[in-house]
Amino acid sequence: MSSIADQIAGSSVAEASARAAAADTSAPAITLPAAADRELRLDLFRGLALWLIFVDHLPPNFLTWFTIRNYGFSDATEIFIFISGYTAAFVYGRAMLEAGFVVATARILRRVWQIYVAHVFLFTIFLAEISYVATNFNNPLYSEEMGIMDFLKQPDVTIIQALLLRFRPVNMDVLPLYIVLMLFLPLVLWLMKWRTDVTLALSAALYALTWHFDWYLSAYPNGTWFFNPFAWQLLFVFGVWCALGGAARMSRLLSSPITMWICFAYLVAAFFVTLTWHLPQLSFLMPKRLEQWMYPISKTDLDVLRFAHFLALAAITVRFLPRDWPGLKSIWLRPLILCGQHSLEIFCLGVFLAFAGHFILTEISGGAGLHFLISVTGIVIMSGMAWVISWYKHSADKNLSKKKGAVGNADMAGGG
Amino acid sequence: MKSNPVMILGLTLFAGWLAMAPARAEEAPANCEVPPYLLTSESPLPKVEAAVVGEKRLEILVVGSRSSSITASEASAYPGRLQAMLKEALPKVAVNVSVELQVKKTAEEVAGGLVKLVELKKPTLVIWQTGTYDAIRSIDPDDFRAGVTEGVVALRNAGVDVVLMNLQYSPRTETMISAPPYLDNMRVVAQEHNVPLFDRFAIMRHWSDAGDFDLTSTSHGVDLAKRVHDCIGRALSKFVLDVAHVNPAQQN
Repeated sequence: MSSIADQIAGSSVAEASARAAAADTSAPAITLPAAADRELRLDLFRGLALWLIFVDHLPPNFLTWFTIRNYGFSDATEIFIFISGYTAAFVYGRAMLEAGFVVATARILRRVWQIYVAHVFLFTIFLAEISYVATNFNNPLYSEEMGIMDFLKQPDVTIIQALLLRFRPVNMDVLPLYIVLMLFLPLVLWLMKWRTDVTLALSAALYALTWHFDWYLSAYPNGTWFFNPFAWQLLFVFGVWCALGGAARMSRLLSSPITMWICFAYLVAAFFVTLTWHLPQLSFLMPKRLEQWMYPISKTDLDVLRFAHFLALAAITVRFLPRDWPGLKSIWLRPLILCGQHSLEIFCLGVFLAFAGHFILTEISGGAGLHFLISVTGIVIMSGMAWVISWYKHSADKNLSKKKGAVGNADMAGGG
Repeated sequence: MKSNPVMILGLTLFAGWLAMAPARAEEAPANCEVPPYLLTSESPLPKVEAAVVGEKRLEILVVGSRSSSITASEASAYPGRLQAMLKEALPKVAVNVSVELQVKKTAEEVAGGLVKLVELKKPTLVIWQTGTYDAIRSIDPDDFRAGVTEGVVALRNAGVDVVLMNLQYSPRTETMISAPPYLDNMRVVAQEHNVPLFDRFAIMRHWSDAGDFDLTSTSHGVDLAKRVHDCIGRALSKFVLDVAHVNPAQQN
């Protein structure tokens, strides 16, 4: 995305270098921006995605109306997965060019392990919550819903299935998806090094085949993974592709006014469709044909309508928010950017805070005011935590670099 | 003691809080208005209309899971309340509501047996409440949709009107049971097959937001369940009459 903005801002250097890279077939097919430039827009929007995921995981409240899923087809998950692909490619793509395939793979696997441990930690918290509700809540109105506790009767099976990522409670679907996507990152990067566009085409083909043959990963006790990795990989690989020079090659397309108007038109149309979900009184305006063709808009398989909606949003965003926008350095956006820079930690904290907030809300039926307070407090805690992590890593890195030359730090770069 | 304005304000607020606390604990009598848009549907119920206006008798079969009943208090569950409300609204019509509980069965499993139930009970209208067990078992939403579709088509072919009823709104288990995919898919089937959908989830959520019921209550008593089911029965009878274009005033 970095080079897109450069291009839009009128700099032709990026384009020239991209063209040179494309023409020079003996060089590796991928190009990386200079290491020193940190793309703050990525951090900003990943931070925003984390906040939105937190708010969306709480029961609906006033702040929920500010989350993008209410205004179109795609939501924060798309942003999160795309930017994760982008930053992961940025960090580990460099490692692969500089240190080779084996070292890069080892570093990616280390990251996968961190995400896995984080997932198991969240599962433990979930077990604590559900056990508490199982013992304390026994309202006859909900005797059927309490059937969800049945899995507590066979913890041996449940916990093993959870460790295998097959049993995943509600709202804990993103990390398993992320683990699978990261596991395949070495292969993706290796293919990208060979031919970027072919890799993206392969990814799109896998997506199409998944839709055609209805491929999925099964889950426990039954059903499928909520986020189908075979479909969602498209967004992740697209992020990788953009980071490795694809964005630069798209810059002409992105700066064209035709693209902009198509994007606007699509976003407006999506907005009106979403409006009919929230105001069922308006649903008579929707042509029945269109409804039957369009619904259901699958989140599990990353519906084309959602993917297109994300693309339109991204295209508009890079067009109107230049890379060197001074606001990115402002203190007001600092919390968002810090959260985006430590996405794994803040994501886990957000899931935990959503559990905790939910718990408080059901224990103290406090109404909209308390609800708002919990949402805001959660965001403040997430930002505070991001600031602490950032401070700690900064001082730790400083000590480290006194001893030896600084090595690119995956966490610091928000690597995945 | 000197009167300090801040202290007075504080005491007033504290007194107000004290006064509010008991009001929240012992709940007000059931006031459960439902916004009109939740009680209408574009899809018709022609057989119900004909049965009420022509034959003056209406046989309704409720096929549902555990949430269509109240343990140890069956008569106060919503099917019983529906019968009472319809009898009250249509005194000249012989109304009978029977219930077939299909406990711990997915929509697909229930769908297979629906025609047999219809042959046995010969209803004019089947109200099919489903989705909860599928959501608990996290059945693949596509399979769930296929199951609901199969059931709706079978019922239609058996010559009865159908109303679909979705899940309960359950704030305590919101972080454990993912309702949205099942709600969405029921809406899709209802749209595709032109079947009225009684949106129990949205209605209960509305009551919860409006403060009519405290659905997070940890009470073990059946009192809350009874009041909620009474309100669901009331809303459901309004829904059926409205969708079937039956005006109670004309029937009296």
